[in-house]
Amino acid sequence: MANIQEKIAELFPAATVGNDNSGIVQITVADEQWHEMAKTLRDDPDTSMDYLVTIVGMDWVDKLGCIYYLMSTKHNTMCSVRVTAPDRDKPYMHSVSDLWRIAEIYEREVYDFYGIIFINNPDMRRLFLNIDWVGYPLRKDYDEDPSINPVSIENERQTDLTSVYKEENGKVVKTEREIFHKDDFVVNIGPQHPATHGVLRFRTAVDGETIKKIDVYMGYIHRGVEKLCESLQYPQTLHFLDRLDYFSGQIYHHGLCLLYEKALDIQVSRRAQVIRVMMDELSRIASHCLFIGTYCMDLGATTMLFYTLRVREQILDIFEKSCGARMTFNYACIGGVMQDIAPDFADDVRALLAILPKNIKEYNKIFTGNVIAKNRMEGVGTLSREDAISYAITGPSGRASGWACDMRKLQPYSIYGELDFDEVVREEGDSMARFKVRMDEMEQSARILSQLVDNIPDGEYCVKVPKVVKLPKGQWFQLVEGCRGAFGVYVESDGSTKPFRLKIAPPCLPLAAVVDHITQGSKIADLITIGGSLDYIVPDMDR
Amino acid sequence: MYNLSDSHIFDFSRVTGPIHDWLTGFLPGWAATTVECVAIGVGLLLLYALLALFYIYFERKVCAAFQCRLGPNRVGPFGLLQSFADMFKILIKELISLNHIDKFLFALAPYLVIIASMLCFAVLPWGDGLQIIDFNIGIFFLIACSSIGVLGILLAGWSSNNKFTLIGALRSGAQMVSYELSIGLSVVTMVCLAGSMSVTDIVLAQGDGWFIFKGHIAAIIAFVIYMIAGTAETNRGPFDLPEAESELTAGYHTEYSGIHFGFFYLAEYLNLFIVSGVATLLFFGGWMPLHIPGLDGFNAVMDYIPTPIWFIGKAIALSFVIIWFKWTFPRLRIDQLLTLEWKYLLPISLFNLALMVCFITLGWHF
Amino acid sequence: MEVTTKSMPYEAWKDNEYIEGLVKELQESGTNVIVGSFDKLINWGRSNSLWPLTFATSCCGIEFVSLGAARFDMARFGWEVARASPRQADFMMVAGTIVNRMVPVFRRLYDQLAEPKYVIACGSCAISGGPFRKSYHVAKGIEDIVPVDVFVPGCPPRPEAMIYGIMQLSRKIKVEKFFGGVNRQESREEFLAKHPIPTDGE
Repeated sequence: MANIQEKIAELFPAATVGNDNSGIVQITVADEQWHEMAKTLRDDPDTSMDYLVTIVGMDWVDKLGCIYYLMSTKHNTMCSVRVTAPDRDKPYMHSVSDLWRIAEIYEREVYDFYGIIFINNPDMRRLFLNIDWVGYPLRKDYDEDPSINPVSIENERQTDLTSVYKEENGKVVKTEREIFHKDDFVVNIGPQHPATHGVLRFRTAVDGETIKKIDVYMGYIHRGVEKLCESLQYPQTLHFLDRLDYFSGQIYHHGLCLLYEKALDIQVSRRAQVIRVMMDELSRIASHCLFIGTYCMDLGATTMLFYTLRVREQILDIFEKSCGARMTFNYACIGGVMQDIAPDFADDVRALLAILPKNIKEYNKIFTGNVIAKNRMEGVGTLSREDAISYAITGPSGRASGWACDMRKLQPYSIYGELDFDEVVREEGDSMARFKVRMDEMEQSARILSQLVDNIPDGEYCVKVPKVVKLPKGQWFQLVEGCRGAFGVYVESDGSTKPFRLKIAPPCLPLAAVVDHITQGSKIADLITIGGSLDYIVPDMDR
Repeated sequence: MYNLSDSHIFDFSRVTGPIHDWLTGFLPGWAATTVECVAIGVGLLLLYALLALFYIYFERKVCAAFQCRLGPNRVGPFGLLQSFADMFKILIKELISLNHIDKFLFALAPYLVIIASMLCFAVLPWGDGLQIIDFNIGIFFLIACSSIGVLGILLAGWSSNNKFTLIGALRSGAQMVSYELSIGLSVVTMVCLAGSMSVTDIVLAQGDGWFIFKGHIAAIIAFVIYMIAGTAETNRGPFDLPEAESELTAGYHTEYSGIHFGFFYLAEYLNLFIVSGVATLLFFGGWMPLHIPGLDGFNAVMDYIPTPIWFIGKAIALSFVIIWFKWTFPRLRIDQLLTLEWKYLLPISLFNLALMVCFITLGWHF
Repeated sequence: MEVTTKSMPYEAWKDNEYIEGLVKELQESGTNVIVGSFDKLINWGRSNSLWPLTFATSCCGIEFVSLGAARFDMARFGWEVARASPRQADFMMVAGTIVNRMVPVFRRLYDQLAEPKYVIACGSCAISGGPFRKSYHVAKGIEDIVPVDVFVPGCPPRPEAMIYGIMQLSRKIKVEKFFGGVNRQESREEFLAKHPIPTDGE
C-alpha cells in the first residue's frame, strides 16, 4: 500500500494521497494530470492497476467529477482516484478508454447521468436514456418535472451517428462518426427478443450469417435506482438490490449491509453471518441452475430447463420458509437478518445437498457430453485473460478466461476467509469453459453449505441498531462476489439519514459491453451461445 | 412377392369396390369419378385435420412427459380437446394485413406448404386397398411433392419483408435442398431392394419380413440416414433452424397470423407424419402386419389387426422418436448442419447405395 | 349467470360480483339463440386457448418461467404455447417494469398483436410503477399505454397468482360477445381514440 502512495507522491507532487473510510488509498488529482497518472498506475510494475472496477460519477454541487476505483490483479491492492472536471458548465474530462476498454462504456454512463464529456472517447452517446432526453438526471439540480421528459408512445429518434470529442490546439472539437458502414445489412435483435434474456437490444451488422459488428443499446429497463436511493433513508435503499440482479438478491443485500455496518461500526453476530453466507451460496446454486436451464434452452435443448428448475424450486422453498418470499427476499438487513431461519432450515439444506450431486451428474449426462452441445460451445466466443481484465469481466465468465477474480478469495468478507472451498478457474475462455465453471461452482457452493449446515451457532440473528440510521460523513466502497461477478457498491454520506450518492457497480454491464468484441466474425447462432454463456441480467446492467 | 390371397388381411378394396360398382350403376362414368373424388377429398381433409390435431396434442403430451409435467388436461377429457380449441381460435383470429409486402405471394405461401403435404397423402399406403392413387412411380411422386413445401417457406420468408423471416427462409432453403439429397438416396437404396417404385409393390415385398430386417446392414444405415434427413426436412429440432425461436423469433412465419399461421402450424405436424409414414413404408412394411416366417399362428393373429392401424401405429411410433430428438438435443448451427449433410451423410448414403446394390447382385439380403 | 370453469369451483373466486355484473350488462340487450350459441362456441375456443407472448422485462418474467416449469405447469391449461411473434399470440403478460424508453416498443408490440388481444398487467411495476414509481424514467402503470384486462398484484406475484389472473382472463373471455352487443372490445375503441396508434413517420 505504501508503495502506491510513495510512487504517486514522487511522480505527481500535485496530487494528494490519503485513505477513504474503507481504508482504500485515495488519490486526488487534477484532470490535466489524470491520463498520465492512469497510464502510470496501469503500466508501472509496482502498481499495475489493470482492472478498472468502476467509475463513479459525482456531483459535489459546486463541481462535477469522477471517482475511479482501480484494482491490481497482480498485487491484489485497490486504490481510488478522485478527478474533478474543471468547469461545471462545460464539463470536459480526459477519457481513459484507451487504457481500459471497459472505460468506454463506463464513461458513456457518466456522460448520460452527469453530462461530463470525455475527450477522446470514441463513442460519446447516451447509454441508457433517449438521445432527446433533456437534462442529466443524477445531477443535483436536475429538474424531475415529468412534462419535460414525458412518457411517449412515439418511437424514439434513432441515429447511427456518434460524437467524438478531440482536443486540438487547446480547444475541444466535436466530430461525428458513423457506427455502421453504408452498405451494412443491419438486423435489429431486441429489445423484445427471446434470446436477449430481457430487454437488451443488439443492432447487428451481418454478412450472410456472419456478424460484423454489434452495437449494444441499453436502458430499456433503466429505472433510475441510484437517483431513487438519494431520496430514501438508508434501510429503505436496501430493497432495490433485490430487483437488480434478482438471482443475486441475497448477495447484493449482503454487500450493502456490510458497507453500512462498516460505516456504522456494527459487529454482526456469528449466527447472522453464517445465515447470510448460507443464503448467498444457496442463491448462487439457484442462479447457476437457472443459468444452465436457460442456456440450454437458448441452444435448443428446452427440456434441460425443466430439470434445472426442479432444483431451483427446492431452493426457493428453503428461502420461502425463512424469508417469506420466492424472489425478492429483503432478508439481510443492517445488523443481521430480518427474521430467524425456519426451524427445519438445516434439514432442508441437507436434503438439497443430498440430491444435488446426483442432479449435476444428470445435467452433465444429458447436455455436457452431447456432441451437438460440444460443437456449439467449444471454441465459440473465446475471451483471453488480458481482454477479460481490460473489459472487467468478473465472476464465472472471467474465471473461465483464466482470471482468478473471486472476491470471496481476493477480499474475503464475512466468514469466507475461514471456509474451505476452491476457486474454479479454467484457461480456455470459450463458452464451454464458462458453462463448466458454473457447473463446478455449484459443487463448491455445496461444499461451503455442507461445512456450515451442521455448525449454525446460536445467538441473536440481528443486533440492535439505532432506529434512525445516520452514516457519518465519508465514503465507503464494498465488493462482494455476486452470482455473475464482482458487485461493487459505493456510498458517499454527508452525515444525514439519506445517502448523498449511492453508486452500484453491477457485474453485468461489462458482460454486455464485451459482446461486440467476442462475437465479431462468428455466426448469428453464436451470438445466442455467447450471450447465453455470459449470462447477463438486464435489470442489473440498467439499474 | 408375398401372396396376399393366402392371408387373413382384410382387403379394403372389398369395401371400395362395391361402392364404385354401385355408383357406376346409376351414374355415368365421369360423374361417378367426380363423386368419388369429392368424397375422397372431403375424407382426406377430415383425416388431415384430425391427424394434425392429434399430433399437436400428442407432441404436447410427450413433451410434458419428458419434462416431468402433466401437459394439457383441462379442456375435455385428458385435455383431448385442447388442440381443437387452439385450432378453433386460430380460425377466427384476425388476419393482419401488412404494408410493404408482396400481398399475393404472402397469401400464397401457406397454401403451397399445405398443398405439398396434402399431395403426399395421396400415395401413402393407408391400408390394404386404401390407397388413393397407386401408380408405378408412387415413391417418386412422393419425393417430388414433398419438395414443393420448401417453395412455400421461401416465399413466406421473402414476401414478409422482414429480416428475420428472410434469414429463416434462406436457412430453410439451404437446409431442405441439402437434406433432400440424403432422403432421395436412402429412398433409392430401398427402391433397389424392393425392385419397384410402386408403393403397393414395396409394401407387398415386405410381406415375409420388413426391409429393416431383410435389408442387412445397408437398410439399417439407410434408415438412420433417412431419420436424420427426415427430421431436418420437417424443420424439427435439432434441425429447427428456420424457426429457431431463440434466434429468429418465429423464423419464416413470424409475420403470419390467424389461419395462415395455422396452416404452417398444421403442416409442420403433418410433415412429421409424412416423414414417419414414408419411413414406415420403406423400412417397416407400410400397412403390412408383422410376419415372422415359420410362426403361422402368430402371423394369422397379426393379420386380424386392421391394416390402417398397423400403418398409423407404426408411423406414430416413429414420430415419437422424432419428437424425442426434438426434446433432447440442442440445435445445430447452420454451418454444422450443412457440414453434417455434405461431408458425412451424403458420402455415406452414396456408399450405402453401392453397398445395397452389391448385396442385391450377390444375393446377400434375406 | 354463473361463469364457471373446470379448474376452480365457483365459490372459490374472489370477485364473482364483478363478473356477474358484466354478464348482466351484456345480457340487457338480449341475444338471439343461434347467434348466442355461436358466441358460446367461439368463446369456448378462445377462452381455452390462450397463447402468451413471451414478454418479460424483469423479476416477474422469472416467475413466469417458473409458471411454465413442472411445479406450476401452465401447460395443463393450454397456455404453454408461448409465441415469440406477436402476430400469433393472444395475450400479453406484462411482467416487469415498463420504462420510458420501453414504452414505444411495448406499445408497438401491443399494436402488432392480432385481434382478439388481451393484456394482463402482472406485478406492481406494471400496475402502478411499484417501488420505482418516483423514478424519472418509469411509466406509472401501463394503463395509460394499453387497455388492461386483468391486474395481478405482487412484487413479483407468485405463480399461483399468475394462474389465477390468467384464469380470470379466460373467464372474462367466456362472457364476451363476438356477434354484436356490448363488450369490452368497444371500450378499447374509445381507448384507441384517446391513444391513437403512433405513425411510424412514414
